[in-house]
Order: sequence, then C-alpha cells, then structure tokens
Amino acid sequence: MASGVKTTLPPKNSAVCHTLSKVLTGIDGFDQITQGGLPKGRPSLICGSAGCGKTLFAMEFLIRGAIKFGEHGVFFSFEEREKDLLENTASFDFHLNQLRAQKKIALDYIHIERNAVEETGAYDLEGLFVRLEYAINSIGAKRVVLDTIENLFLGLSNHAILRAELRRLFQWLKDKGVTAVITGERGNGQLTRHGLEEYVSDCVILLDQRLLGQVSTRTLRVVKYRGSSHGTNEYPFLIGDDGINVMPITSMGLDQTVSSERISTGIKGLDNMLGGKGVFKGTSILVSGTPGNGKTSVAAYFADATCRRGDKCLYFAFEESEAQIVRNMKSINLDLGKWLKKGALMIHATRPAKHGLEAHLAIMNKLIQDFKPSTVIVDPISNLISAGTQAEAEAMLLRLVDHLKSLKINTLLTSLSAVDQLERSEARISSLMDTWILLKNIEHHGERNRGIAVLKSRGMFHSNKVREFLITGHGIELVDVYQGEEGSLEGILLGSERIAHQTQGASSKIKSPDRAKKHKRKDELSNDPPAA
Amino acid sequence: MIRQRPKKLKAQSKVKYELRLYTAGQTPKSIAAIANLKKLCAEYLKGQCRIQIVDLAKNPKLAKDDQILVIPTLVRKSPEPVKYLIGDLSDTEKFLVGFDIEAERRESGAFKNG
Repeated sequence: MASGVKTTLPPKNSAVCHTLSKVLTGIDGFDQITQGGLPKGRPSLICGSAGCGKTLFAMEFLIRGAIKFGEHGVFFSFEEREKDLLENTASFDFHLNQLRAQKKIALDYIHIERNAVEETGAYDLEGLFVRLEYAINSIGAKRVVLDTIENLFLGLSNHAILRAELRRLFQWLKDKGVTAVITGERGNGQLTRHGLEEYVSDCVILLDQRLLGQVSTRTLRVVKYRGSSHGTNEYPFLIGDDGINVMPITSMGLDQTVSSERISTGIKGLDNMLGGKGVFKGTSILVSGTPGNGKTSVAAYFADATCRRGDKCLYFAFEESEAQIVRNMKSINLDLGKWLKKGALMIHATRPAKHGLEAHLAIMNKLIQDFKPSTVIVDPISNLISAGTQAEAEAMLLRLVDHLKSLKINTLLTSLSAVDQLERSEARISSLMDTWILLKNIEHHGERNRGIAVLKSRGMFHSNKVREFLITGHGIELVDVYQGEEGSLEGILLGSERIAHQTQGASSKIKSPDRAKKHKRKDELSNDPPAA
Repeated sequence: MIRQRPKKLKAQSKVKYELRLYTAGQTPKSIAAIANLKKLCAEYLKGQCRIQIVDLAKNPKLAKDDQILVIPTLVRKSPEPVKYLIGDLSDTEKFLVGFDIEAERRESGAFKNG
C-alpha cells in the first residue's frame, strides 16, 4: 500500500456531494472490505465477546499506523497493564517496545479502585481528558485506542455522569481530529454491554468467534458505516504471526480478463483431446473420477508440464504426503523430485481436518502470495468436507477458484466421486471449472480398464470420445478406442480384448489409429466430430 | 488562591492528616472543591491536616503517575491506608465517613455540632 492516508469516495450522482475521508488501518483485508479503512477523525467501535481479537485489532491499527503510515498512536488500556500488553503482543512481530522507545506509540494503563472510592459530590472525568491530551500531545498522535472503556462502568457507580462524560469524550476526540478505535464487550441482545453504540455510531465492527462441529472460525462484520458503502457480509479472518488477516471475497464479479494462450497438460493424448493444443492459460481444470483411476497422476503430469516450461507450481495435497506422491509418480516414470529440489515445485501436504476451512483458505492464500506459482493444484478437494459442511466447502472452493482466476493462475483440482455419482456430485463445483476431465472405470467382460473423457472444455473443440487411459511404467498414455466388428453389442474394445484384436490385425469400422506401431496421432483429430 | 506547593494551615501541632486535592484548572467543580475542603479542614481537622493542591491542568503528567481519572479527587495519604474521595466535597457526611474522621473525632473527645 502506498503512503496514502486519506482515501476519498468519489462523489455520488446526487445533489449533495459526499466525501468521506478514511484512514487505512493497514490490517490485511480490512481496508478492502471497508474500501479505505476507518473514518478519519472519528471514533469507531469494535465489539465482540471475550477473546475475539478486539484488543489485537486495536493494537494492530496503531502499530500499522506507526510503521506504515507514519501516524503515531496512543493506546489507553482500561484492562491490561502495560507489562501484560507487551507480553501478549510479543508473539506477533509488532516491535512494540521499539516503537515506544521511538516515541511513535504510547501506552497508558487506567485503573479505578472501586473499593477505595467514595463519592462526595459532583464530579467529572476531567482527569481522563487531561491524561489523554497529554499523551496525544507528547507524541503527536493521530490514532487513539480506548480498550475497553466500558470498564469505567464497573469502577464508577454514577452512570449518569459517566454517560454524559463519554458523550463529551467522543466529541472531544472528534474535535482533536484523531481517529479513534473504541472496543466494547458484547452484551446480551445489544452490541455492547453498556450501550456504547449510542455514542460511537459512525462505524461499528463486530467480531465473532464461532464453534461449528469442532472447528472454530473467527469472523468480522461491518455492522454499520455511516457515509460509506461497505461489504455487509461476514468475513472470516485468521490471526497469524503478523496479526489479523481478513479474507475478503475478491473479484466476485465476472470481470476477469482472459488469455487465448494454450498450455499443455503434460499428457500428449489429453492435449489432443483438447483441441490439439491443451487448455487455455489461466483457466481451471477439474479432474474427477472414482478411486484409483489416476487423478493424482494427471495432476502430477500437469505439475511436471508447468515446471518444464520454467514456471512454478504449488501443489496442495490433502490425502498423500509429499514423499508418497514423489514415490508413486516415480513408479510411472515421472520425476517430481528434481523440480522439488530446484524449487520450481512446492508440495504442501495437510490433513483437511487439521484446520477449519477458512484457515485452509488463508494458509493457501498466503502460500500463493509468497511462492507466486503460475499453477496451483489441489488434490483432492473432495475430502475438504471433513473440515466443514458441504455448503461451506463449496463456498470456500468458490472463493479459492475465483481468487486464482483473478490472479490468472492455472488451476487443477482433483475430486473423488462415488461410482454411481460420477457426473452428479460435481455439479456445483464443475460449473466454475472451464475444463472437466472424467476418469472412469469401464468394467467389461471381467476386466476393469480405465477410461478418460473430456466432459467439457469451454472455448474450444474437444473430443467426445472416451479413450482408454493407460498408466504404465513408462507413464500415462491415451489409447484410442478400438471399434470391434460391426454388430457387436458393445462395439468398443478395451484392455486385453483390444490387444487381441490388434494383434489379429482385425480392421475396424471407423479407422482408429493403432497405438504406437503404425500411424501417427495426426489422424485422430479429423475423426472426431466437433463437440457440441 | 490555588497553589501548587504544599500549604500549611496556621496551627502547628501534630499533622495527622496529609490530604492532596487534584483539580483541573478553574472549573466550577475544582473551585468548589477547594473551598469546601478548606471549610471542612477548618471545622473538623483544625491544626491536624496538611493540604496539598495539585492542578492537573498545569501538571498533566501527574494524572498518569498518580492514576487520576476523576476531578476533583481527594486523597488521604496519611494516616494509612490511602483513601480516595471523588467529588466536590459538598457532601460533608461522606467526607467524614470516607476518611474516618468522625470516628476519630469522637475518640479524641472533641465534640462539635453538625
């Protein structure tokens, strides 16, 4: 992000021109949902139940302000002592002590001892104002945090005075021109326990932490933002070493630009089925099939093809370990080890149940951000459901695929189907994918052979034939379907029947080029009618 | 007459009560508190108290050091334990009870009306 501290909304098409100044918080993803950050010079309310991340949000707001935007900040804590604050933020790379030494951030702990205080007449909170002003002036602060100012309600029994003073305080903060973040604890039936939202109502953010199944997810929602449009959805976020990471749904519009360049799948026969040239660059491929049919092999070939081109590939494995994949691919004559060593290929293997779906998404996004691959493979996507519900898994994949599209990354997803649901279970995911390749078992005369078909491939002619899919010690090969004698019931010969026919030299009704011996593959295309 | 330095009352016999009053500038509550405090000391603690008035408007740093939020705040530094009273001291009873003055007064045998 640039040093832009102010972001103004464009004037709307109305008689009154609205311009609302905003201040970038520097919190990953948050500035996107709010289209510019928090309202400048106004107090914003962050509420949520205990442990939701309010203090962290507030602290990060100050830290980023100081480091990224040159805005100094004051943190007034009504709950934790300075020592505790420092300890609790030590696990993040905030360098709070350093910032304090440089006078970019000031910490102040405010405490009222309830049992020692008797009230003898009228009073106000002028002492708080004096302290605030002193702290702000001492470092020229532009950002202020009050965490959690509701604790004053515990310490002072005269709530009428307290409320009047809070009203005065927030007006005072506005007059001072500082951008303030006020935290409040979630109340029953209202946003905060003591109704802070009454005074701090320009911008209200709600943090939540939910437990679904056994997986916890943190979410953030912009409840209110006066004078600004904002995303109203709940956005999941993660807390990492670098603080809060909000996952905005980027580019959910359909305005991505596309490429007409084609890239190879790594399997020659498959490229031929895809208009002879392979897939479009930056598109998404779904490889689905029943167990043991070579989905991972197809994925691995795709990875190999990527690395051969000199590009990088990031392989997310949710079923097998890196070592397993490398070993298994070696047995079909595919050496992924060399790409791993070179750093062109990265395999990230995890169990789906290890994190919540949002955590997975966040981790994947981060890796993609850091590694910058041109191809991303997820193998398989089908067991991600164990980390959430079906609907959630689909939603998460939708976001992932969309995000990858916007980054113009080639995507390949593999999915395990039940035998009787080959084309059904993928219905929702498949509509996102540009190319859908199906690997199926063809059981026939006591033999099981593998078949491969291109169910769809947007924007190109593709073969409608089911070809035999061979996985041998030499690698993957696609064999054209061998037509048997006219009148034979099945008409298609696979496996040993095909071989028998070939060696017998029996001719076929439609010329299907023999595998390796006689004809070249060139003829194949002309035999395939243009697919609908 | 608001001073920053400790101000002794006329009588010099044992100074039992060390009181510190925090104010903030010339606000009505601050002025009232000072006036009330002087009156209370004259009436109940004659010769026994030493008053210190701290104006936070002039010394803002002390607000943090002494953890003062509310104005006016009256602190009884001695006798121990340290006690706090907030408010402009218009409620005499609360002052006496809060600082245990009436009790002591009765003990020492000095009687007064009101």
